[in-house]
Amino acid sequence: MKIKVLFFANCSDIVGCKESEREVAEGATVGSFKQDLITQYPDLLGLQNVLSVAVNTEYVDDLTALKAGDEIAFIPPVSGG
Amino acid sequence: MFKIVEEPITSDALYDEVKKDYNGAVVTFCGVVRNHSGETRTDFLVYDAYKEMAEKKMSEIGAQAKEQWKVENISVLHRVGRLEIGEISVLIAVASPHRAEAFEACRHVIDKLKELVPIWKKEVGENGEVWVEGPQAAFAGG
Repeated sequence: MKIKVLFFANCSDIVGCKESEREVAEGATVGSFKQDLITQYPDLLGLQNVLSVAVNTEYVDDLTALKAGDEIAFIPPVSGG
Repeated sequence: MFKIVEEPITSDALYDEVKKDYNGAVVTFCGVVRNHSGETRTDFLVYDAYKEMAEKKMSEIGAQAKEQWKVENISVLHRVGRLEIGEISVLIAVASPHRAEAFEACRHVIDKLKELVPIWKKEVGENGEVWVEGPQAAFAGG
């Protein structure tokens, strides 16, 4: 199934884009997708413990299941204000 | 009003929006671009946001503050893009019948914004370009 992935701040620098479409297997979770990305982009490992994830604009935990059409965003520690 | 904007923000931009006849106090907070970070010179900042989620989170923080301090009028603007030294990055306005609630709610909104709202700043200056990372994960359940 297809999902839309958004990267911000230093995540987008590491991955080299701000937005992409990815194919994930049925049954994929936020945690499993995150691990796949870290395997593909090992520089993300340094961010692993401080990275938050949002699905469809809401913060979620690693156990959350992904569905076709979801928008998943990788959110480094925020620094607005 | 809870919005991410690209245009410059003036310090009085939200004043008329929150001032009502039943309010006796208007508190505004301006976040302003500083010319240094620690010992390092900053030339300018670039802000990026996950616009849709940032506006939603700011609105939720505002709703929670309205509930907690029983105030009716809170508005927030946050700018993105390149900001020069001295320009306003964030403007919060809170109006309430009495001053204590307005001060406290305003403080709460900026504190929560800095903790939760998906906005990032990049410092450009003496040390090149550096994305600033907040002190902790925005969401601890990951």
